[in-house]
Parts: sequence; structure tokens; C-alpha cells
Amino acid sequence: MALVLSEEQELLQQTAREFIREHSPVTKFRALRDAQDPIGFSRDLWREMAELGWAGIVFPEEYGGGGLGYAELGLLLEECGRSLVAEPFLSTVLLGGNAVLLAGNETQCKDVLPAVCAGERILALALQETSRHDPYRVALRAESSGDGYRLSGEKVFVLDGHVADQLVVVARTSGQSGERDGITLFLVDCDVKGVSVTRTLMVDSRNAARIRLEGVEIERSAVLGEVDRGSAVLDSVLDRATVGLCAEMLGGIQEAFDRTLRYLKERKQFGVAIGSFQALKHRSAIMFSEIELTRSVVMDALRALDEDRADVSRLASMAKARCADTYFLVGNEAVQMYGGIGVTDEEEIGFFLKRARVAQMTLGDAAYQRDRYARLRGF
Amino acid sequence: MAELEKFRQESRRWLEENCPASKRGPSADREETWGGRNAAFKNPDTKLWLERMVARGWTSPTWPKEYGGGGLSEAEAKVLREEMRRAQCLPALMSFGISMLGPVLFEFGSEEQRREHLPKIARGEIRWCQGYSEPGAGSDLAGLQMRVEVDGDDYIVNGQKIWTSYADKSDWIFCLVRTDPEASKHDGISFLLIDMASPGVSTAPIKLISGTSPFCQTFFENVRVPRKNLVGQENAGWTIAKRLLQHERAMISEMGLGLTGRPRSLENLARTYLDSPEGSLSDPILRDRLVQQMMDEESYRLTLRRSAEEAKAGQGPGAASSMFKYYGTELNKRNYEFLVSLLGTQAFGWEGEGFSSEELAITREWLRSKGNSIEGGTSEIQLNIIAKRVLGLPD
Repeated sequence: MALVLSEEQELLQQTAREFIREHSPVTKFRALRDAQDPIGFSRDLWREMAELGWAGIVFPEEYGGGGLGYAELGLLLEECGRSLVAEPFLSTVLLGGNAVLLAGNETQCKDVLPAVCAGERILALALQETSRHDPYRVALRAESSGDGYRLSGEKVFVLDGHVADQLVVVARTSGQSGERDGITLFLVDCDVKGVSVTRTLMVDSRNAARIRLEGVEIERSAVLGEVDRGSAVLDSVLDRATVGLCAEMLGGIQEAFDRTLRYLKERKQFGVAIGSFQALKHRSAIMFSEIELTRSVVMDALRALDEDRADVSRLASMAKARCADTYFLVGNEAVQMYGGIGVTDEEEIGFFLKRARVAQMTLGDAAYQRDRYARLRGF
Repeated sequence: MAELEKFRQESRRWLEENCPASKRGPSADREETWGGRNAAFKNPDTKLWLERMVARGWTSPTWPKEYGGGGLSEAEAKVLREEMRRAQCLPALMSFGISMLGPVLFEFGSEEQRREHLPKIARGEIRWCQGYSEPGAGSDLAGLQMRVEVDGDDYIVNGQKIWTSYADKSDWIFCLVRTDPEASKHDGISFLLIDMASPGVSTAPIKLISGTSPFCQTFFENVRVPRKNLVGQENAGWTIAKRLLQHERAMISEMGLGLTGRPRSLENLARTYLDSPEGSLSDPILRDRLVQQMMDEESYRLTLRRSAEEAKAGQGPGAASSMFKYYGTELNKRNYEFLVSLLGTQAFGWEGEGFSSEELAITREWLRSKGNSIEGGTSEIQLNIIAKRVLGLPD
């Protein structure tokens, strides 16, 4: 697939841009934060997005989805990233939704996915247990118990965990933490006995939670996919979510850069626009070059998912490493170039810096991704 | 699509049958040829390969056949490049005439000039060099001073060029000259073609830190040049000059792809020098740098592809060429810095025993790569152009 947008894709991009400009400007994100909104995003807006077909855009039509591809979802996510949209694409569609789609049986898919596509159900992937992304480092145990399982352990940084209706819990059914084998996915309702959820307030004002499972009894039918063999699905889910997150990051990168460029042309010191100073011009041109490369990689990774290419994991890691580094660069340069106003809470540019840092670490930072890339290449 | 696939199969078969074994594959002899009146061939296959490609017009695949080209569409030329890369064929002809002057003659030259020069370029009969920089006009190229006076049907040229690539081996030179010393500096420049065999032209090679001498100083003393060798209008040469620079940058950008004489992949070299024939590489820091290089190189390649797909057919390279020139050359420098780190003290041999020819070549290329971000407009000049033309930042 060519690295250019088709007419249909351009139209979708335009529609998304206009919808988000009208319904979800950054001022709305600020209002959610200032109000310490108990949900952290707007359920109504999420339903509206679902009505537009966005929540289910990549899911099969038989489950209420749009049957389109990641190239299209990526355009939506990029627009979301431009406006710091907090609605639960990552948690519910990319992570939770994909886990059900890829691992779930017919009953599970029919139960969960139509509700996801309709914007009625929020999902969260309970994976991370330490302060870093390390997907096989899973100690949370699932022991056989009667006809089902008993889950005990703790998860951190569960995105949208405090508002999720259901959790996809990554648990260990055999072996030791760190091993690829012995991991099983479970679909767990959040209101069952023994699940305690604590919202954690994050620097980027996005949703995350700590979740404790204490002897949670669940039925065998809650297993998603194969027992002990969950890692294969988990890998695919993480690839898709990583590439999706990259598209969001690309939007944030582009927006932070565009805003900075506007500021450089407006802001006057010494009687001239500060954008006339070579010290700032060169750094802007360097950022431009990095962004262009990052855009190509993200576009290619999205298309690799649609084409089901064999090296999609490697491309996902490459995209994430580049997005992490580029967002870091652009976020920091933006704040510096804005000068004093850039470090005030009143100016919106700081939101992008904060999101950059969190998104960079989410699902593995650049160092993690480069290590993974090397392992995938066999060195 | 089916047509293109047919062309691919035909090209593949043709290359298989016609590219001599010593001019392709990982162990190909690296002899390049630039053609020209004084072309010499150590390996007869180099000559044979050139002749066969010339006969097909594939040294300049997209030029019309009447000018010695192959008459291929852009899509076919891309297929040909892919097939040549696939079979690891060495270029049949290196040529500034093809990459820089040709496109400019198509756009700005007279029909007479095209018919005179393009076929000889395509056939590798005349080797061209570029007379742009002067001792006092480097980054400030428009400050050039080479003087030209009219004398009947001729110009009389006096002055000096510097950093003229391979001037000592070239047959003709395309020059920027000052035809109106009174006009503002961009408005008094003309684009002139000069036969290096003319009386009064002389060259002196400049030895670089790499030990090689790819550049010369070129002197002009009362050189008589027919006025019909002027390309475009008198005093309107700056537009042509800038367009040619875009083509030059596009050519230099290719260097970022590691196409310059490095048969082994970075990964392969890393395995050798880190003594890790299989499994994980033993040095975590160099391993991380290797991945960064590989990622940057692939990202760059994807961006070249995206840019080509975005550009409508027939458009020349635009301001984006500055981004590619900047990034490609910086990437190439980083590549060689990485290789030097990787080779350790084996990267520091100058000549003779104790070092493989590959190691010695890497040492020289490392030093040579330092010029990449200077020649054809420094990285700083490229960043200026991006800031002005792409980002619209004020002067």
C-alpha cells in the first residue's frame, strides 16, 4: 500500500478533524482535568464517536464494526492526538477490544465487541506489574479452583482501569514471572468480589489505575484463548496497540510543532519575530526532518498491520522508538521555544510535553523497543 | 500492473544475461566508471557492462530515446532500479551529466544544446564536472566572481573555481559565471558550458583528509567560449543554478542509503567485529547504536519512497530535497562513526599490511563522509532553506 492517503482516507481525516475541533478541543480536556472529572473523559462523546463508526472501525462487521483498517483508524487517532482526546481508544479498542477479537471464542466476541463498537462498554488491559513495560513479567497467579480459577495479585498503570466495565487480566497459570510460556488471559468483570480498583492521578491527566485481585473466583468460561499460551495473542495485541498509540503520538507531535511554528512567527523580541533567529530556525528544521521520517514509519507500520506483513512486530517497535524520541524532542523544544509562557499552566503547550513523556513510556520506551527490535532480528 | 510485471520479468532476465558476473553480487569488483574521453578500464567487464547498458539506453532510463535514453516511464525506471538492487548490479556509469546537467538541459537548454550534449552524456562519452564554488563563494554561492566579457560570438572567461569534483578527469564543465558585475548578486549570474580542452583551462587536485583527491581547483585564463554555450538567458542563471542544486541534493541524498561501496550490512559487520557470530551481540551499547542506525536508515528510505509517491509525475525535486540532503548526509556520517566504533583499532589502518581492504576502505570513507554535509550546500544551508521555503519562517 502506498504511503499516501486515498481520497476516502482524506475525507475521513477531514471529517475527524472537524468533529474533534468542534466537540473536543484542548479546552475540553483542560475542563475535565480541572473538574477532576470522575470518569476522565466524556461517555457521551465516546458514544457519539461510536455512532460515527470510530470505536469499531477496525472490527469485523459481524460484530458491529466498520471492517476498515488500521490506516483509517490511524487517521482518527492522529486527530485525537492533535487535540489530546482522552476518550478510550487505547484501552477499549486497541488493547481490550483486540484481546477479545484475537483470543476470544464466538460467545465472548459476540458478548463484548458489539458493545465496544456501540461505545457502551469500556475495557482495560491489566498487564503491567512493575514500573516498566515488560510484558512477560507477570506474577499475578491464576490457580485452578473448583471448576474455574482463583486470581490473586496486583496490576499497575491499567489504562482507564477505574472506569472499565471489564478487564482483560494477564495472569500466570504456570512457570515463573519473566517466562513467555505460562501466561493466560482472562476476561473479568470489574464488579466481582475481590477486585479493588484505585484510580491513580497521572501527570498527563489521563486515566490509569492500580488494580488488586484478592482471591477472585472466576469461571472457566472467562479464559480468553488458550491456557498457558496467552503470549502469542498478547504480542499481537501489543503490536496493534503500539502502532495505534504511535498514530496518536504522531498527531501530538505534529500539533505541538505546528503550534510552535505559529508562535515563532507571532512572538516578537528585539523588534522582530523570534522565528527569524537562526538558532531557532535550525532547530525547527531539524524537528521538521525528524517528524517527516517519523510520519513515514508510522504510516508504513499501520499499513503493515492491514497487510498482515510478517515483520509487523519489528515495524511496531521501530515506529514506537521513533515516536518516543521525536515526541520527546518536539515536546521539549516546544516548551523551550515558547519561553516563559511555555512553562505556565495557562498555555496549552505544556499538556503536550506531559503527554509526550507518558506516551513515550506506555507500552515500552525507545530503549525497550530497540532491544526488542534487535531480539526480533536475532541479535 | 500486468505490463509492469512483464517489464520486471524481462528486465530481470536481461540483467541476468547481460550484467557480467564480476559486476554484480556481494563479491563484485568495485571498479566504477565515469566514462569520458580518457576513460580507462582495468576490468574489461566494466567496459562491457557500460556498453550493454548504453545500447539499451538504461544509463539514463527515463530520458527519451532520441537523446540516448531508455524512454522508460518513472514506474518502469523504479522497477529497473529494484531489479538492479535485487541482483546487486553495480551502476554501469557514474555521471554528473546524468544526475545534474541532463535534467537542467531538458528544462532550460535549447534544442540544439540537448541534441549536442545529452546523447554523449547518456553514452558516457563526455564526462562533466560542476564549476560552482569559488574561493570566496562557498555557502554564499551567489557571491561568485568569475568574470566573463563578450568578444564577438565568444565570451572571454577569467577566474577560478574550487571544489570542482574530478575536474582533472572531466571533458566539459558547467559553470556559474558573472555576466553583469553591476547587477545585484543574484541577478548577474549566467550558466555556461565550457570545453575543458579549451586553451587557458587548467586544474590542480586538492588532497583531502581521506588521502584521496576527488576535488580540484580549476583555473580559467582568457578562455574563449562560444556564446551559444550559454544555457537559458544571460543573467538569468541563478534560477538554473538553484534547480541544478536540487538535483544535486537528490543525488547526494542517496548516500544516506549506504549505497556508497559498502557491500556488507551493518548487522553483518557488527557480528564479525563484536565476535558474536550468532545470538545476541556482545556489546549492549553498540547493539543499541546499531539498531538506531538501522531504524534511521529504514525510516529515511521509507520517507524517500513516500516523497516519490507524493510527487506528481513530472515534478522535479522541490524544497524537500534540502531535507533529504541534510538528513541523508548526516545519516551517512553517523553510519561511518558507528563503523569506526565497531572496528576498534582496525579502523585506524592507513595502508599496507594488517588491515583488510574492507577496513581500509571504511577508514577512508569515514573521513570522506565528513565532506558530505559540506559539499552541495552545508547542512546549515539546508536547514536555512527548510526554515524559509518549507516552514515559512521569516528572514
